Amino acid sequence: MPKFEWIRKVLILGSGPIKIGEAAEFDYSGSQCLKAMREEGIETVLVNPNVATIQTDPRLAGKVYLLPVTPEYVEEVIKRERPDGILLGFGGQTALNCGVQLAKAGILEKYDVKVLGTPIKAIEETEDRESFRQAMIRAGIPIPKSRSAASVKEALEIAEDLGYPVIVRVAYTLGGKGSGVAHNRKELEEIVNRALVQSMISQVLVEEYIGHWKEVEYEVMRDYEDNCITVCNMENFDPMGVHTGDSIVVAPSQTLTNREYHILRSASIKVIRSLGIVGECNIQWALHPRSEDYRAIEVNARMSRSSALASKATGYPLAYIAAKLAIGYLLPELINKVTGVTTACFEPALDYIVVKIPRWDLRKFKNVDPHLGPQMKSIGEVMAIGRSFEETIQKAIRMLDIGKIGLVSNPDDEKPEPLEEVLDCLRNPTDERIFKIVKALKMGVPISEIYRLSGVDPWFLSKIKKIIDMEEKLKRLDLKGRDAAKIIREAKKLGFSDRQIGNCLRMDEMEIRRFRKKHGIIPVVKRIDTLAAEWPAITNYLYLTYHGEEDDIEFKPRKMKVIVLGAGVFRIGSSVEFDWSGVNTVWSLKKHGVDEAIMVNYNPETVSTDYDISDKLYFEELTLERILDIYEKEKPQGVIVNVGGQIPNNLALKLANSGVKLLGTPSRSIDLAEDRSKFSALLDRLGIPQPRWRKLTTIEDAERFADEIGYPVLVRPSYVLSGYAMRVAYSREELRDYLELAASVSAEHPVVISKFIEGAKEVEVDGVSDGEDTLIGAVIEHVEQAGVHSGDAVMSIPPQSLSKDVIETIEEYTRAIARALKIKGPFNIQYLVKNGTVSVIECNLRASRSMPYVSKTRGVNLIDISTAIILGKRLRDIGITSIPPPKHVGVKVPSFSFMRLSGADPVLGVEMLSTGEAACLGENFADALLKALQSVNFTIPNPGGTVLITAGGEKMKRSIIPIAESLERMGFKIYATENTAETLRRHGFKNVTVLHKVKEDKKPNILDYLLERKIDLVINIPTGNSQNMKIDPAVLEDEYMIRRLAVEFNIPILTTIELASALVRVLKYRMKKKITIRSLNEYMDRLPFKHW
Amino acid sequence: MICGKKPDRLDGEEKPGRAVLILEDGSIFQGIGFGAVTETTGEVVFSTSMVGYPESLTDPSYYGQILTLTYPLIGNYGVPSYDERIFDVPVYFESIGIKVRGLVIQELCDVPSHYLSTRTLDEWLRSEGVPGIFGVDTRRLTKKLREKGVMLGILKVYREGEEPNLDDLLRRSRSIPDPNVEDLVEKVTIKEPIHYRLNGKKRVVLIDCGVKCGILRSLFKLKVDVVRVPYNFSADEILEYHPNGIIISNGPGDPKRCSDTIETVRELAYENMPMMGICLGNQILALAFGGDTYKLKYGHRSQNQPAYDLETGRCYITTQNHGYAVNPDSLKKTGLKIWFINANDKTVEGVRHLEKPAFAVQWHPEASPGPYDTEFLFQNFLEMLR
Repeated sequence: MPKFEWIRKVLILGSGPIKIGEAAEFDYSGSQCLKAMREEGIETVLVNPNVATIQTDPRLAGKVYLLPVTPEYVEEVIKRERPDGILLGFGGQTALNCGVQLAKAGILEKYDVKVLGTPIKAIEETEDRESFRQAMIRAGIPIPKSRSAASVKEALEIAEDLGYPVIVRVAYTLGGKGSGVAHNRKELEEIVNRALVQSMISQVLVEEYIGHWKEVEYEVMRDYEDNCITVCNMENFDPMGVHTGDSIVVAPSQTLTNREYHILRSASIKVIRSLGIVGECNIQWALHPRSEDYRAIEVNARMSRSSALASKATGYPLAYIAAKLAIGYLLPELINKVTGVTTACFEPALDYIVVKIPRWDLRKFKNVDPHLGPQMKSIGEVMAIGRSFEETIQKAIRMLDIGKIGLVSNPDDEKPEPLEEVLDCLRNPTDERIFKIVKALKMGVPISEIYRLSGVDPWFLSKIKKIIDMEEKLKRLDLKGRDAAKIIREAKKLGFSDRQIGNCLRMDEMEIRRFRKKHGIIPVVKRIDTLAAEWPAITNYLYLTYHGEEDDIEFKPRKMKVIVLGAGVFRIGSSVEFDWSGVNTVWSLKKHGVDEAIMVNYNPETVSTDYDISDKLYFEELTLERILDIYEKEKPQGVIVNVGGQIPNNLALKLANSGVKLLGTPSRSIDLAEDRSKFSALLDRLGIPQPRWRKLTTIEDAERFADEIGYPVLVRPSYVLSGYAMRVAYSREELRDYLELAASVSAEHPVVISKFIEGAKEVEVDGVSDGEDTLIGAVIEHVEQAGVHSGDAVMSIPPQSLSKDVIETIEEYTRAIARALKIKGPFNIQYLVKNGTVSVIECNLRASRSMPYVSKTRGVNLIDISTAIILGKRLRDIGITSIPPPKHVGVKVPSFSFMRLSGADPVLGVEMLSTGEAACLGENFADALLKALQSVNFTIPNPGGTVLITAGGEKMKRSIIPIAESLERMGFKIYATENTAETLRRHGFKNVTVLHKVKEDKKPNILDYLLERKIDLVINIPTGNSQNMKIDPAVLEDEYMIRRLAVEFNIPILTTIELASALVRVLKYRMKKKITIRSLNEYMDRLPFKHW
Repeated sequence: MICGKKPDRLDGEEKPGRAVLILEDGSIFQGIGFGAVTETTGEVVFSTSMVGYPESLTDPSYYGQILTLTYPLIGNYGVPSYDERIFDVPVYFESIGIKVRGLVIQELCDVPSHYLSTRTLDEWLRSEGVPGIFGVDTRRLTKKLREKGVMLGILKVYREGEEPNLDDLLRRSRSIPDPNVEDLVEKVTIKEPIHYRLNGKKRVVLIDCGVKCGILRSLFKLKVDVVRVPYNFSADEILEYHPNGIIISNGPGDPKRCSDTIETVRELAYENMPMMGICLGNQILALAFGGDTYKLKYGHRSQNQPAYDLETGRCYITTQNHGYAVNPDSLKKTGLKIWFINANDKTVEGVRHLEKPAFAVQWHPEASPGPYDTEFLFQNFLEMLR
């Protein structure tokens, strides 16, 4: 059966902003879906407010709506576009939930929009725990014994029946949000209380706990005629008990026999058939480690994080094929794009092993619990490919970019640790368990004991032991000895980097490299071809390994061959926006006639790691060693390092020093911008102000300098003992506490102290320069004052409150800096504005996080222009040196994942905490902000609702008054804590109700009001430290409790005055005007100038 | 036992050292020896299966071949025991005893982990006198076989400390005996019939051309009596058992060498005996009806072969292990129609007789190793029994 001919136009729902559990993998799946539709000549309409994605490019989607993925907005889009069908499987849980709601509300029927692929009924069966259970029982598939509960009492009864421990799972949620293991009544009560609130249908499942069973996943496809295949199976290194998103995963399974593999495979096919899924699904299994007993754990009836991983692990384009199946194609009608001749109805055979490791950023958050369990906490992930487990896992560790150069031989490895703590981490895993396993092995804990505690299969453990044994061998190695080359070769096969070997031998990595090359120890390039070499591949999906004798490909010299370094692992501060830059660079290189554009990246969640984006894809480490390996084989004309964010940027100087030709901005300029002293001197020369700063090497000097410039000061140590670096210190005590407890200060690890300007505006500029002329993409104003990290700030293009003079000054400074630094490519400069004075915070000579937001808002693709410049063009040649002002406003809003991180305090500061962002365009600031806030799941309260206001400190309490007045005028009922209420009353508020603090046993209590959802909005302005006085810790604790509870009960919370007053503007606007619904294409087409 | 034992050698037993695989075109693959310290020759073939090495190594269809596994990590879950049996048929193997002549892999797991494991892969090969080589760029080898077709080769495992004599190997590589000229089936069939009495209502005669135990296990599931007879049993001898149907099994080598079996099948077909052929059995059935077979360049050996049903448009994922195929053009006037083709290279994967109760498939519906997706064929066979 070929495709359904009645489909002319389809609507695709995206996943919105990136959050824990729903990340860039949906940019990958959505983009593939769009590509699959476009090939068929089907018109596409996409709803997704995640401006940083590649899919929201009008070149991929026919029409893009940067709007919240909610039934209200999607209905508006349906009304305007009248699509024939809707695809719900490519935008994560967000799209799925929205689709189910649309169907239930009768909207799809009303506008005759057909659900393509997996039917709504099947989605509901996989989402609702009880229906899922029933479906599995019908299909004869074993599942953990369980019952659903709608109340705490019911849950307790079930648990008594099953026996503790039990696991609580929540219906209609993503990434196990709200789930937890309860070992007793008390824990169960707590978990169920919270979970019931988070469930869309107030239902939880209480079930037998099968921790330490093997966890195995299958990616399964099915077409309308019931053809089924399993594309990939994956085994979790971390057994049942740790969310699969937080588990180290290998593909294919390593410890399963043929029988086990195929029993689970057959069961997977049975599941997909019985549910009637059309397209793709992910099925998670628990397999008993000492029998063939198994349980179905979960089915995701859509593309998922695991399916993105499986696509990259196998080379099988799951999302693309799933999209084709949804529009009617059958598996045997589709071809395997890797060979170009064989069928897509097959199961990939791997001749390599893949290891995925999650990337956490837990230590950035205050109060967060680092333990892993059924609730996913990781932000990103890496995938490594190799031909032995040891080689692959060591690659993966390096890819994490957490300062580790492998599983062993890290500088801080030998730090002593109490055995008790190590063993505890094996039993109660945290994000560091893999390193604790290494530690335990080194401390002589037997593999059997580590297995008993952790449940990690001894197969993995003995492989890790091999790596440790090799480290020992290396430490004793004499490079002049007879066996040296043989041992180094063995070490390379076990994944040791030159740096690791160098550390063992107390030598520089370059010395090891030279030794290695002299002895012919160089890696070979192998190809991923889906069929283990059975058929020739026409694609160039490549990796490097030391297990091999010959390269799979020939390296042909080309007239113009360019390597682009991708963004690597995503974490807070570096996410899909850098993939957007990378992919756009490749597209632009091709557009400008480059013969071969080569991408190097290792992030399985990305579009850039699709093998058909670039001419060659190296799914490889972004380390000096590996880039040199590739560079020496490929001999390109140059490497682009300034579009992938911090990781490639940090490599720039090292690469240049190793003789690599960098394209674009010269490495000297990068050094000039990054070396604070040099940059400072440059600014002085240009006469551009900057906050006073100094680099210091003792705590005493730091204190003296801080006294001199006056508090508050911004503290940036270069070495921090745990977590992340920046802090604002308001007093000498704070400075000392911080430097003594958290950071190390020495000649080797200096600290940078700079004046923290309070009450300043933060403004940034994204632009492109050719060294002479500079194109200013946009001057962006932050809504929050300086002190909130630029990644966490709400932003507006154009600025809303800056004077013309200030903007002109900023533009002038920008041009001067760009010219002085001879920038040839993208850059971003951050400014402070206070009392009309503009000063520079920092300058980055690379594409910034806001690049896609600026480009899409202005209708000018800055990356395309910068690529042309990198290739030698001038702005004047391109004919664009300035952009006329836009008629619309683009507002970008951060998205946080506090709910996922139990304990995390949602208060904002100089460390970035947001995991994603959304941006919407509007007729004016309020119109755009309203939509952007809704896009990040902020429920806009309705006039006549209730608001809880608490503000710390007298100054803050006073500044909240105008906001409170406006809210009261709009009919809001105001609640406040005692002191805030007092201030409000003094200012004439008559109807303020005092709510008692959480810890007080008095009613009415904040906790009850939050629990009973009697509060629609929380404005909690934390006690600023600016009063320079000791604050009662109990007050801080109270404030924290309110914020945390608001997060957990999903009640919108604002923690800055600026955003609170912006919200007031939004509320006023909404009372008067209707929200505009317009596509990005329309906004762009209305612009006087467009470059896309 | 969770962790396997380290490879260990008894006192006085030769320890393997270096090893070399050389192909008839002179290509050399050096690595490290395991299993038995010995030399072997055979047809070098590759399988892309990622799991199931105990099953593959004991699959009699591999008899005469040196097997390369493209999946790089082999031996991870050790080797189970032959003693686990059902009606005296091993549960975890396809026959008693390793059937490949040698094994070529990239990485050998010396510390396997599985509750069923009783020994390492190395120990198993050694105890059965089979040589193995690891540390080989198996992808390079596979690409060579794909491009040039399967080749004959010598696999030699040297004693520890012994230097390989490459010149000697090179010289001999030009005259490696071709196992396909031998009667391989004769070596793997049974000598005397075996009757598996399940007290079923129906009785099936299984012509053993080197049958995989998986076929027997699948038949046991049908609750039929099975009489397993040698490949050279005559039709009369078979009919003495009063079977309700016949299974022609898989087996090694060139199907045309099985002239006795082809003749037997022809006679049974004349009797309208319900018949199902598997793998070699498919080729024998085609030959019996007057069709022809030919040798494939490098065969199909994997668990992911797509078999496309020309009647329904359905496509099944199958396990395959064959170097020969039925010539589609030869089927005209045989009464056989092509039922399945390989969705990749369009070769014949299954045939069905237009009038007689006979069908055959080129793959292994019994799986083992591999997917169980076409087990329904045994059910079809059951329904066809007279």
